[in-house]
Amino acid sequence: MLIFIARRLLFALALLFAVSAFTYVIFAALPSDPAALTCGKNCRPEVIATNRVRLGYDKPIVVQYGQFLNGIFKGRSYGVSEGVHCPAPSLGYSFRKHQCVTDLITRSLPVTASVALGAFVLWMLIGVGLGTMAALKRGRWPDRLATGFSVVGISLPTFFVGLLAIMVFVIWTGLLPFPRYEGITSNPAKWFMSLILPWFTLAIVSASSYVRLTRNGILEVMNEEFVRLGLAKGLRRRTLIIKYVMRAALLPIVTIAGLDFAALLGGAVITESVFNLPGMGKLSIMAVNDSDLPILVATTLVAAVFIVIANAFVDILYGFLDPRVRLN
Amino acid sequence: MTNTTPLLSVRDLHVSFKTNDGIVKAVDGVSFDVANGQTMGIVGESGSGKSVMVSAIMRLNFGTDVIVSGQILLNGIDLLALPESEMRQVRGRDIAMIFQDPLSALNPFYTVGYQVAEAYLVHHPKTSKAQVEAIVLNALDKVGIPDARKRMKSYPHEFSGGMRQRIVIAMALINQPKLLIADEPTTALDVTVQAQILELIDSLREENNSAVMLITHDLGVVAETIQQVMVMYAGRTAEYATVQDLFDTPSHPYTQGLLRAVRSFDQSTRGSLVSISGTPPSLINLPEACAFRPRCSQEMGPQSACATQRPELRTIGASQSACHLSADEVSRVQREAFSK
Repeated sequence: MLIFIARRLLFALALLFAVSAFTYVIFAALPSDPAALTCGKNCRPEVIATNRVRLGYDKPIVVQYGQFLNGIFKGRSYGVSEGVHCPAPSLGYSFRKHQCVTDLITRSLPVTASVALGAFVLWMLIGVGLGTMAALKRGRWPDRLATGFSVVGISLPTFFVGLLAIMVFVIWTGLLPFPRYEGITSNPAKWFMSLILPWFTLAIVSASSYVRLTRNGILEVMNEEFVRLGLAKGLRRRTLIIKYVMRAALLPIVTIAGLDFAALLGGAVITESVFNLPGMGKLSIMAVNDSDLPILVATTLVAAVFIVIANAFVDILYGFLDPRVRLN
Repeated sequence: MTNTTPLLSVRDLHVSFKTNDGIVKAVDGVSFDVANGQTMGIVGESGSGKSVMVSAIMRLNFGTDVIVSGQILLNGIDLLALPESEMRQVRGRDIAMIFQDPLSALNPFYTVGYQVAEAYLVHHPKTSKAQVEAIVLNALDKVGIPDARKRMKSYPHEFSGGMRQRIVIAMALINQPKLLIADEPTTALDVTVQAQILELIDSLREENNSAVMLITHDLGVVAETIQQVMVMYAGRTAEYATVQDLFDTPSHPYTQGLLRAVRSFDQSTRGSLVSISGTPPSLINLPEACAFRPRCSQEMGPQSACATQRPELRTIGASQSACHLSADEVSRVQREAFSK
């Protein structure tokens, strides 16, 4: 088992390296000149040339990537004379915002993490709960209700659900204040209030597919021979469903949930925009609009890192949950 | 049939499924008895209702679209009338079951020791851990799992098919059930293992004095260990006889066809294989006539009883047969079958 974990982590590390190189090269290969983007439209060629040198864009791509990696581990100074220094995990410097990218990300990430974590808990509860209910009451009204919810949820775009939520709960009924993000450390109550709507919006949209996954998974496992044998042994229906059916049915959901959660950590672009949350998604969108390449490289990389980590985590977790995976 | 009260007595059992195309009569009025310590065989093609029938005996088909009627008396108690909580006590304690495919019958997420222990603990909840372990070890030893103490902690996927079937058998017999239902226990196994498993079931039956219902579509299996045989066709009983009589003087044309098919296979010198032409009928809207008529070797006209009346079980020669042919006709057909 330890060897399995070690091997899986080593693989994840190699993958991270590959992903970082790939991301960097892709953005370097873009036709736009990153140096030209550092100053406005009426830029003189001399300024561009100086900036190119200051940012290291005059060097070959391999050297640039080397500097980038070096910056992640050792920190990096930009410019020559009035140079800026970004300490250790430096992911670059945004000449548009005149800030170290790492600082931007450490400010955005907690916001996204808050959104993602709450939404994740909610959607797993709603999705798996409704899905289980639907499967156990197959063909009867709870099933129709849950599958109906899932169809509606899948069909509705996130921004629509978000805007609808704002309209109903903020504008019409005034039950909630207009969401204005507040850090959990500065004001936990406000933090919570500002996140209720984004949580539910994301949860409803994502839970829909989990209702289906759970329902179909349970129904499939119920037809398994080992469940019939459990019944033939004289096990209680409740025991059978929890120990035999749910255990087997939820296993594939663990994988999907892990990856979905990781993807969300990279930025809930639409939800963050609708609710004006300064998270990773918002940061990425702004970077796209500003053609702020250093930020884009960094946010893409961070999102990829989450996916790789989640993948490794899910694989290892699977080894614990499914004895058939353990051996190899 | 014995003169004492039988252990299991099934009377006019019907099992139907509601489907979108209509009602499927999977079991259509079947009656039989199983005496204590007896081994009864149930033979028939796939889809003849064998498995559905035994599932109904244990009431395993949960779901609202299954209709079961008739009587299933176990020591005089009608299982179909029991509330679910009492039925649960019967399952695994009085009646146990061995499934067709041992590869999918064991729960992949728990060790075999745990699963065997579970079968015991359901019905003996207040047993100490050490005691249960001893009982499980003993059960695994009995079915011939080598090195049982160590293997208890292994998961099902770490065993071969034959070994897994042994574990399923250990599980089924751990509460010394009065009736053991084996639903094609050897179908999924290697030929080399099949005989071992059947012998194991038979020796354990003798040891526990249990009755066994052995479902199979292999007539060779029937000949080995069984006293009474019921041949099923399209959810109905075609013939009910002792093994000896069934093989020597099969009365129902369907049974004769089955036996001819097996014998042609054994006499490899002849070359060609004999089969029963046609396929089993759809079980939706079966006519009130002989279900076997379209495939029967005895071509009876559309005005005959075969086309209009459902044949009831009656004594023909040494066996009970659901056939409209007269005893003379049957013995003529038997002679023809043997002379070939």
